[in-house]
Amino acid sequence: MTSAVKPSGKPAKSVMGTRRWVAMLFLLPAAVLLLAIVAYPIIYSIIRSFFDQSGDSFVAFDNFQALFTDEDNLTAIKNNVIWVIVAPSVCTALGLIFAVLTERVSFGAAFKMVIFMPMAISMLAAGVIFSLVYQQDPERGVANAVVTGIHDTFSESSAWPGARPRPNDDVLAGPQKGPYTTKDTVSAGSPALLPLVAVKPQDLETAKPATEPKAASGGGISGTVWVDFKPGGGGKLGAIDSGEKALKGIKVEAVKDGKTVASATTGDDGTFTLPKEADGAKLALPASNFGEKYNGVDWLGPSLITPAIIASYVWMWAGFAMVLIAAGLASIPRELLEAARVDGANELQVFRRVTVPLLAPVLVVVLVTLMINVLKIFDLVWVISPGANLKDANVLAVQLYLLGFGTDTDQGMASAIAVVLLLLVIPVMIVNIRRLRRETRR
Amino acid sequence: MTALPDVVKAEQSLGSRIAGVLGGTLVRIFLIVIGLFWLLPSFGLLMSSLRDREDINSSGWWTVFTAPSQLTFSNYDALLSNDALMDSLVTTLLITVPSTLLVVVIGSLAAYAFAWMDFPGRDWCFLAVVALLVVPVQVALIPISSLFDNLGIYQSLFSVILFHTAFGLPFAVFLLRNFFAEIPRELLEAARLDGASEVRLFTRVVMPLGGPAIAALGIFQFLWVWNDFLVAFIFADPGSPPTTVAIQQQARQFDNNIDVIASGAFISLIIPLVVFFAFQRQFVSGVMAGAVK
Repeated sequence: MTSAVKPSGKPAKSVMGTRRWVAMLFLLPAAVLLLAIVAYPIIYSIIRSFFDQSGDSFVAFDNFQALFTDEDNLTAIKNNVIWVIVAPSVCTALGLIFAVLTERVSFGAAFKMVIFMPMAISMLAAGVIFSLVYQQDPERGVANAVVTGIHDTFSESSAWPGARPRPNDDVLAGPQKGPYTTKDTVSAGSPALLPLVAVKPQDLETAKPATEPKAASGGGISGTVWVDFKPGGGGKLGAIDSGEKALKGIKVEAVKDGKTVASATTGDDGTFTLPKEADGAKLALPASNFGEKYNGVDWLGPSLITPAIIASYVWMWAGFAMVLIAAGLASIPRELLEAARVDGANELQVFRRVTVPLLAPVLVVVLVTLMINVLKIFDLVWVISPGANLKDANVLAVQLYLLGFGTDTDQGMASAIAVVLLLLVIPVMIVNIRRLRRETRR
Repeated sequence: MTALPDVVKAEQSLGSRIAGVLGGTLVRIFLIVIGLFWLLPSFGLLMSSLRDREDINSSGWWTVFTAPSQLTFSNYDALLSNDALMDSLVTTLLITVPSTLLVVVIGSLAAYAFAWMDFPGRDWCFLAVVALLVVPVQVALIPISSLFDNLGIYQSLFSVILFHTAFGLPFAVFLLRNFFAEIPRELLEAARLDGASEVRLFTRVVMPLGGPAIAALGIFQFLWVWNDFLVAFIFADPGSPPTTVAIQQQARQFDNNIDVIASGAFISLIIPLVVFFAFQRQFVSGVMAGAVK
C-alpha cells in the first residue's frame, strides 16, 4: 500500500480528562474490522499453509516445496519475477524522463494530466482497452496495424497470395508458392505471356483488364502477367481474352546462369518491360509475390503475453511515478543545477550527475511502492489473457485465485502463496515501522 | 589578437543557443508524440464504443476518419436496454458509497483517538495499524470467504462493503491521524473549556478542520472501490455484480459482446475520470501521501 510513511508531529497528550472507555468507543469499530478482516487472515493463512488440500493432515513445508516444483506454480513465480523487475523500473524510468522534460515546456501540466489520467480508471477498463489494442487481426488491433504498416513499408508485401501457374502449364513451372520460372528462355521481339490462376475473385475487383504486351524498343523483352481465367467460361488457355484481369505489382526477374540480370514490376495493365540484358534469359516470378500476407505479431501468444500485459501496466502507472518524481524535482534547489551549468556541465551531465543523485530517495520510494503493487497484479492479467493463454501469463495472485476458488482447489497451496506474498512485503512493513518510531521519538 | 577569442566565444554561444532551441523543439515534438501515443488506447475504446458490432469485428476504429458515417450511438442504446449492465452500475454505487462513508467515519474516529486521547498501548496499536498498511488483499481472500460463509453473508453487498471498509482503514487511520495531530492544541483546549463533550469536539472541531485530508481520503477510497475487480469478483453476489465484474462476465465472449463491453467499459471509466478532473488536487495529494494499495 504505502512505503512512504511520513508521520508528522509528536502524538499529543490527551486533551484533558478523556475517559478511557470513551477512547475505547472511538477505537472499537476500526479495531473490530481490522482484527477480524485484516489481521486474522494472516494467522489463518500461515496455519492453513502447513496443512494439505483437505485441511486435515499436517504436512509441514510440503506446500512450499510444491510451490517451487509444480510446473504451473513455477510459471507463475517466473512471470512474477519478470513483472516485479521490469514493470517498476520501466515506469520509474519513464516517469523520470517525463518529469524532467515537462519542466521545460509550456504545456507541461496538460502533458502530465494525459499521462496521469489512466491511473484513475479501473484495471478492468484498461484490460478491455488493451484487449482491443492487441487484437490479432491487423484490420482491427491498432498494435498490429502499426506493426504491419511498418513491416510493409520496409519489405514489400506480397501482392497476390496463392496465385500460381496451372498444373502442367506450358510456360511456367516451379515449386509450390514459387518461384515460378519459364521453361524456355525468352528472346527480344517475342513477347512473354505469363499466365497465372488461383486468384480470389474478390481480390480482382479493382484489377484492370489485361492487355497485350507493348512492343519493347531497343532489344528489350516485354510481356504480361495476368489471370488466365475468363469469368463465365470460354477463353483460350495461354492467351489474353477480353474480360481477363491483369496482375499488377508482380516482380519479374530475368535469370541467366543462376544470376538475376534484370528485373521489372508489372504495371496496372499487367505489362512489364525488361532491358535488353534480359535477352536469352529465363523469366522468374519470385516467391515474394505469392507469400501469405504478413499478419503482425502474436501479442497474446505464449512468448509475448507477459511483456504485452506489462506494457498496459506501464501505460497505467508511469503517470504515478512521474507525479511523485516531479514533486521531488520541484524541491531540488535550482541553484545546484545552475551551479553545475555555470561550471560547464551540459544538460545530460547535469541530469546524470546532479538531478538523479538528488532524486535518489524519491526514486527508491517510487520503485518500492510499484514493486509492492506489481507483486499482487491480478486484474490486468485476468482480463487481457485469452482463456487458453492464461497459463502462460500466470502470476502468483492469479494462481492463488485459481487454487482458492477455481475448479481444482487446494487451499493449502493457495495459503502457501498468500504467505509468500506476505513474506515479500514484510521488509517494507519493517521499514515503515522503523521510520515511524524514529520520527515519533524525535 | 585580442579580438579573436571574443569572436570564437560569440560563435560558440550562438551555436549552443541554436542547439538549445533545436533541443527545445525536439523535446516539444517528443512530448507531443508521447502524449498522443498515451491517448491512443483510450481514444480507440471511445471510437469502438461508437461503432456497430459488425463494424468493430470487421475493421479497425481508425477507419472512422475516412468513413465518419459509421459513428452511431446504437451501442449505448444496447447498453441502456442491457439490464445486467444497468443493474451493475447501481450495484457499484451501492457498494462504493457506503464503503467510502464507512472508511471516512470509522477511520476518523480511530484517528482522533490516536491523535488526541491517552490510553495504554496507544503507540503500539498505531504501529500495528501502520504494519497492516502493506498487507496484500490476497492474503484475506480465502480466510474471509470462509468466515463470511459461516456468518451467512458470503457473496452479498454487505460482504463486499465490509471487506473494502476493513482494508481501507489502515491507510485512513494513518493519513488522518497525522493530519489531526497537526491541529493546534489551543483550539481543542479552548473548545474543551467551553464545555464541549468529546463527541462534540470531534464533530465540530476535528472533522471540519480535517476537511482537506478527509476529502483526499474519500476520493481515494471512492476510486479504489469503484475500480475494484478482484474483491467484488469473489465477495459480490454473482447474480447482481458491480460493473467491473459484469463487464468481465460479458468479456468471456469478447467478439460477440464487444458492443456492450466497449460502451460499458467507457461508461464505467467516465465516473472515475470526472471525479479525477473535479478533484485532481485532492487525488494527487492522496497519491502523494504514499497511498497506493
